Amino acid sequence: MTTATLHDVRLSGATTSRNYINDEYGALSWLLTKDHKRIAILYLLSISVLFVLGGFFAMMMRIELLTPAGDLLTSDTYNKFFTLHGVVMIFFFLIPAIPAVLGNFLLPIQLGAKDLAFPKINLLSWYLYMAAAIIGLVVIVTGGVDTGWTFYTPFSTQYSNTHVFGTTFAAFIAGFSSILTGLNFIVTIHRMRAPGLTWYRLPLFVWALYATSVVMLLATPVLAITLTMLMIERTIGVGFFDPSLGGDPLLYQHMFWFYSHPAVYIMILPAMGVASDVVAAFTRKKIFGYRFVAFSSLAIAFLGFLVWAHHMFVAGISVYSALIFAFLSFFVAVPSAIKVFNWTATLYRASVSWQTPMLYILGFIGLFTIGGVTGLFLASLGLDIHVTDTYFVVAHFHYVMVGGTVMAYLAGIHYWWPKITGRMYPEWWARLAALLVFVGFNLTFFPQFILGYLGMPRRYHAYAPEFQVLNVLSTAGASVLAVGYVLPIIYLVWSIWFGRPAGPNPWGAVGLEWTTSSPPPKENFHETPVVTWDAYDYPAMMKAMGETQNV
Amino acid sequence: MMVADFPLWPDQASSFAKDVDNLYIFLIILCGAVSVGVFLTIFYFAIKFRRRPDNEIAQEYEPPKLLEVMWIAIPSVIFMGLFVWGSWLYFHLARVPDDALDIYATGKQWMWKFQHPSGQREINALHVPVNRPIKITMASEDVIHSLFFPYFRTKADVLPNRYRTMWFQATKTGRYHIFCAEYCGTMHSGMIGWVDVMEPADYQKWLAGGTEGSMASQGEQLFQKYACNTCHTNDATGRGPVLAGLYGKDVTLSSDTVVKADDNYIRESILNPQAKTAKGFQPIMPTFQGQVSEDDLMKLLAYVKSLASLQPAAQATTTKGTPQ
Amino acid sequence: MSDIAAGNEHHHHHPFLQHHFEDLGQQHEASTLGMWMFLSTEILFFGGILCAYWIYRVMYPEAWALAAHQQNALYGGINTIVLIISSLTMALAVRAAQLGSRTWQLIMLFTTLIFGSIFLVVKGIEYSMHWHEGLFPGSHFTWHEHPALAQKVQLFMCFYWGMTGLHALHMVIGAGLLLWIIGRAWRNDFGPEYYAPVEIMGLYWHFVDIVWIFLFPFLYLIHGVHHG
Repeated sequence: MTTATLHDVRLSGATTSRNYINDEYGALSWLLTKDHKRIAILYLLSISVLFVLGGFFAMMMRIELLTPAGDLLTSDTYNKFFTLHGVVMIFFFLIPAIPAVLGNFLLPIQLGAKDLAFPKINLLSWYLYMAAAIIGLVVIVTGGVDTGWTFYTPFSTQYSNTHVFGTTFAAFIAGFSSILTGLNFIVTIHRMRAPGLTWYRLPLFVWALYATSVVMLLATPVLAITLTMLMIERTIGVGFFDPSLGGDPLLYQHMFWFYSHPAVYIMILPAMGVASDVVAAFTRKKIFGYRFVAFSSLAIAFLGFLVWAHHMFVAGISVYSALIFAFLSFFVAVPSAIKVFNWTATLYRASVSWQTPMLYILGFIGLFTIGGVTGLFLASLGLDIHVTDTYFVVAHFHYVMVGGTVMAYLAGIHYWWPKITGRMYPEWWARLAALLVFVGFNLTFFPQFILGYLGMPRRYHAYAPEFQVLNVLSTAGASVLAVGYVLPIIYLVWSIWFGRPAGPNPWGAVGLEWTTSSPPPKENFHETPVVTWDAYDYPAMMKAMGETQNV
Repeated sequence: MMVADFPLWPDQASSFAKDVDNLYIFLIILCGAVSVGVFLTIFYFAIKFRRRPDNEIAQEYEPPKLLEVMWIAIPSVIFMGLFVWGSWLYFHLARVPDDALDIYATGKQWMWKFQHPSGQREINALHVPVNRPIKITMASEDVIHSLFFPYFRTKADVLPNRYRTMWFQATKTGRYHIFCAEYCGTMHSGMIGWVDVMEPADYQKWLAGGTEGSMASQGEQLFQKYACNTCHTNDATGRGPVLAGLYGKDVTLSSDTVVKADDNYIRESILNPQAKTAKGFQPIMPTFQGQVSEDDLMKLLAYVKSLASLQPAAQATTTKGTPQ
Repeated sequence: MSDIAAGNEHHHHHPFLQHHFEDLGQQHEASTLGMWMFLSTEILFFGGILCAYWIYRVMYPEAWALAAHQQNALYGGINTIVLIISSLTMALAVRAAQLGSRTWQLIMLFTTLIFGSIFLVVKGIEYSMHWHEGLFPGSHFTWHEHPALAQKVQLFMCFYWGMTGLHALHMVIGAGLLLWIIGRAWRNDFGPEYYAPVEIMGLYWHFVDIVWIFLFPFLYLIHGVHHG
């Protein structure tokens, strides 16, 4: 097991005996905590449970899809499973995961602050998330919902016989949780940075969280009002999207996607932030083009609001609308490309470590690239007509959301695990899991690009026989992927009691979080740090250590 | 294309399938090259510059900023090229040729109904002649569906209460999939069928098998059944506007705005006549919402379209019917 | 701004300074920025339904004009004036808190609450009138003039009840928050050093007022072209 050959950097006189975990005991001290670190742990536990639930639905779908006929589940059950897979994974895993777990834990520490701006609102965010999750679970056990996570009207308002109201209400509450987290982050970043910590000295993870929070704040309310209107229509029986009243189902789609497109940037921006921090730490180098990467996060957040109708190219929008949205959709790819190239350039003449967090991020960069370029296929209007609503789109978004966000989330969990728990995870098991995830993921989703182009539509319970071989490959991959996900759950839990204790800076990385103990004390720092160095300033750290490069 | 019986894309069975596939293949090559390039570069750098005792910290080296500019500028240019290509293709798919054969389609949970102008009705099957542009006018009876022909490389969502059109020209005889591509409930994956592309002679033979009379003539029967002809007479003395020669022309409304008498206008005039009243006429037409089925609406539409080339009986200018 | 001096600040620790902040100034700035951020979400929330309303207005101008005629502009106008006055008293309450005057805080806050309640009572009267006229969308909806436009008038009513209902809900929440602030003012919590809660209460109240300033013309005053 290789750790840093540098001495652990101790810039403040941190001791490890009293920390945020052992500061107080008892269930209530956790359930009523205002400590952002404990809230992050609460999120970690609940999000993990919901991830497993979402994964269960996926496994059932993939098993059903081994054969062309719909022979394992009834059509209604299958339709509920793909709906719930989407609802659980999007609203209860992908949107909160990195911000609410890693962001909550690390943001104040990376800023040199004692906590977020509004600790009680932070706790409220978690309770709202739990309330939404419980409502969702009640919906699931009392019959589920079968509209697809997109709730298109008029199917969801007038035809579905399932718990549409319950599910949209749960999504509404979860959205509130998201808004409050974003609000908290923005105020904290603006008002609570340590002395000397100017914007251009911030870690890129903070820039990414900031951009994410702006999107959370401005996009989520539009989902809230859309779902409110849908709920009104569903309960009263008349409403805004009802064609028999002159209402327009396309209006629903516009309003829904006005949120749901920026939502995908809520999912990917924090992942890109993790990537930047991990690349810097495991190359021991400043990220190439720091300011370009920082501003590209803001650019993605802004441009992300301008492209929503690219989900509607065949829905009945005018040719001229389609042209405008396609044009803008190509542009939103540019800042993402900047990041990928800049991360790659950072590796040049660096000191690249192959530890697990870096393995996940290297995989992330490659898989996000594939996911991103397949977006270009979808933005090419004439081609989109053929591939939209097919498995091509399914493959595209799983590449960016799973090959992208989930891999980056796992990278972040492993990278900051010693800081959060004070323990190291077992490196070789972690590398094995990363490999299984990478191989399993590609085997699951790459065949789906081909399936989509061949014409297999989405959300199909039964399919034409010629699609079977590719579906079997995909399910085989899913089994490997599942093992890859189960392993970390096991060894991470194991490491809490039996992992090797970690010092303050096991990676030899630069960042305020690595200057305090692992786990950190309740108030994060014993003294407020004063920052005089740039982000990722490895050369300065070296000079401060008094060591040269050639040991 | 078949590679040892393992196709990577469907046969090209329409006039624009090849164009769509060409863009696809170009993108595969371009994006594949970029992706592979990124992967290889990462691997190469990660191995070459791996951490060893003699490089615990990276060397202080900043690549030239010109690189940054280049990898912003070059993708932008390529993207603009892709945008133009994709848009050109899209225009081609969106603009229906004038001489297209009309087919009417209805989507409903969970089947596709097609009506030929000569009266043939089909469910989950569509017979078309090869090498002839086919225009499909369609609406949904309930939720949103999507009519998808993978072998022709085209699809369009089918909406309730609104007509949409799509077109293709089949270039190879054979049987090809019809799929519904917008989730619509329980049997969404069962809302499928086959399109049979036939030689023109075979198609004529197949058409002759129908006995119901053309859509337009069925529509004329409905026109009388619903007593439309009591107000919409052939001359200008009726209470309603003359329909001969109307389809496709501009109509001035009582509010002085001018609209085109297209498919959606005709449909709206039957279901919600007060929405647009022609200038010089009273808003007295009753609504037929709930009385006329989607299929019958299409027949009435076909009938009104069949009158498009006729001349109105009298060139009346301001004679209006008196309100009853 | 960092307090390195050991333990000095513990003596004159303001009772309402939360420990994760360095000082009251930072806490105040965080609170106000937080409320502005929250209000931006409310702008997007109401903005969504206002946008949808406007789209249908452009599509169905006659039905919209007809339906808007059903509104009672007098009651709407009264409510507008009531809310504007309440915003004035709210602003004066903030001023009183800044000056540390407990009496004037209580007077102004109570007056704001009273005017807010007047708004809700008038709204309730309007709702009751509309209900008895059969203008609530759904199975009880009745509309006899211009039957051809009935469906679209019903669509308008969905927006009317939806938008004013959401606004009224925000008013009720605002009234509840006011009661809480009144309670704190009673205990003399606020003064020149610490008045942020009153200030952010004011921001919220002004925002709810501004939403009404949009709803009133949209729902009551825009008649457009109406053919008799």
